[in-house]
Amino acid sequence: MTTLSTQKPSNPISRFFRWFFYRSRGDSPFKTILIHAALIIACVIAVYPVLRVVTISLRPNDTLLTTDLRIIPENATLDNYKEVLFGSPEKNRKSDFFLWIWNSISIVAVTSVISVILASISAYAFSRFKFPGRSAGLVFLLTTQMIPAGMLLLPLFIMIAKLKMINTPLGLLIAYAVTAVPLTIWTLKGYYDTIPVDLEEAALIDGANRFTVFTNIILPLSTPALAIAFLFSFMGGWSEYLVARVVLQKNESFTWPLGIFTYAQQFTVSWGQFAAASVLIAIPVMALFLYSSKWLISGLTLGSVKG
Amino acid sequence: MASVIYNNVIKNFGNVEVIKNLNFEVKDKEFLVLVGPSGCGKTTALRMLAGLEEITAGEISIGDRVVNDVAPKDRDIAMVFQSYALYPHMSVFDNMAFGLKLRKTSKDEIKRRVNEAAEILDITHLLDRKPRQLSGGQRQRVAVGRAIVREPKVFLFDEPLSNLDAKLRVQMRAEISKLHQRLQTTFIYVTHDQTEAMTMASRIAVINKGILQQLDTPQMLYDHPNNLFVAGFIGSPSMNFFPAKLSVSGGKVMVDVDTFQVQVPDALAGPYKNMDGKKVVFGIRPENIHDPEFAPPNIHGEKVSAKVDVTELMGNETFLYLVNGKNIFIARVDPRSQKRVGDEVQVIFDMDKFHVFDVETEEAIR
Repeated sequence: MTTLSTQKPSNPISRFFRWFFYRSRGDSPFKTILIHAALIIACVIAVYPVLRVVTISLRPNDTLLTTDLRIIPENATLDNYKEVLFGSPEKNRKSDFFLWIWNSISIVAVTSVISVILASISAYAFSRFKFPGRSAGLVFLLTTQMIPAGMLLLPLFIMIAKLKMINTPLGLLIAYAVTAVPLTIWTLKGYYDTIPVDLEEAALIDGANRFTVFTNIILPLSTPALAIAFLFSFMGGWSEYLVARVVLQKNESFTWPLGIFTYAQQFTVSWGQFAAASVLIAIPVMALFLYSSKWLISGLTLGSVKG
Repeated sequence: MASVIYNNVIKNFGNVEVIKNLNFEVKDKEFLVLVGPSGCGKTTALRMLAGLEEITAGEISIGDRVVNDVAPKDRDIAMVFQSYALYPHMSVFDNMAFGLKLRKTSKDEIKRRVNEAAEILDITHLLDRKPRQLSGGQRQRVAVGRAIVREPKVFLFDEPLSNLDAKLRVQMRAEISKLHQRLQTTFIYVTHDQTEAMTMASRIAVINKGILQQLDTPQMLYDHPNNLFVAGFIGSPSMNFFPAKLSVSGGKVMVDVDTFQVQVPDALAGPYKNMDGKKVVFGIRPENIHDPEFAPPNIHGEKVSAKVDVTELMGNETFLYLVNGKNIFIARVDPRSQKRVGDEVQVIFDMDKFHVFDVETEEAIR
């Protein structure tokens, strides 16, 4: 006991360094410091813009362009948030914020559900059946992901216009679904490939048909992959601007990325409200992300290693 | 309960013919083991019976029904997989009940059957657990239980013990044999382990390169292998082979192995009397080569000189690895044998129990 207690560094700074370097898997102190310094710089670069947005959203309108670096500004106010959420009777401006959020959530959620349903079935076919054009089909799906979104705008617009779906949520929904499905198919196919075929064969002998195998065995086992596919699809559509800009042209059908641009007028930009709206919009997707983070992580690791 | 018939069954994967004209019958209530080296086609033969592989040509019948185009679920079979193939998201009870639920069996009946199977396999206390909470042996029992509850006509086992450790394998081997006696149903069991085949089977079908080599009882296969492959595959350590030539002189048949000669007893010489000069493969099992000190009485023994290369003391027996000229062979001798590495020794070949195979056809000559 005596020996142990004399070996323990008593002062808190020594204890911190001992803990710090002990955790670093035997790397040299110099390497550890270098790694941590790089990570801290990366974190600052990632977090700083977000903090600036929060800061701007809290500033009174007359101090928007100040160069003050304080995170919580002097005379911090929630006026911008109030105006975004409830409008401004003085300026005779009503708020459409909740409408934009509703439009976004409904379109993106339905898109995600549709793309997960379509992709889960197609991915199963790609994973389990051999049919003419299987490999070509998979490569084709991958190729669609390599075309920049900007290049798709015109053909998408023409198609949606010919379908008379401009300014309708359905038009945007179709545009989102067709772009989300290929990646989702690849994600799910990769996961299905790791599910042992023996399980399906056992079920087939037990009395199942292909559909029962899919619904009773494959889908329950693929919950993490389905969750991650849903999440990717949701997040992809949630902050999408370009396609929405092309398809939706009326204020009442706007999704939030289009909506917050109404704060940017021809001659003035309401940066405070713009920032406040951006912060508010981040909340639902952050909540969804945090709620599903356990699935997200397991979903990402599962499928890479056969377990 | 039903018999199973393979009638001229062929299976091709692309241009590769993996099963070549398979013909045999598994009798009702029989425990047939399909044995052979990896890649010989035994699992493919089983999977075709299960309906998991299409048949390229020929017919497979279960009972009096040809099942070539019958879906797996309608063949009235149950299969135990090497990987157990338990549904990971279901409890043990649900795993066992899955097949019955799909067949719309009543809840009471499902409960009765699952509990009965669980009792037989001593897994009643595991029914609420998930497969990941079970050991390998327990998982294997659940897999067997899932097959039992279905009360099928034919049980199929695809190397079910391969993933278990040696001790558990021996235990499960005995349990599967007991299960067969209890259920009195047709069992078809695939393994590459000839010990499993010998200990469990009513009959064994030895398959090599997609061809059925021999189908017989374990003892008959061991004592009277039809060809060189079966002789070498069945038995551990495997049979010793020597390239040899037959010589017949004055009615006596000698087996001439360059560096030694042994005489075939008159009573067994009949088939070889017209084969003077014929090139053959001479075979003798390790237990039929004795240390002269401990050789059983009243055998037709022939002395052969050799040098001891390696000894393996097993406790109840000793393996001597012997060298004679270019030939290396194994003798399974009495554990009291004092032969040591480097000793020049004489061993006794029991010529009542030898085998001769044609060099070209590899078929047994008898």
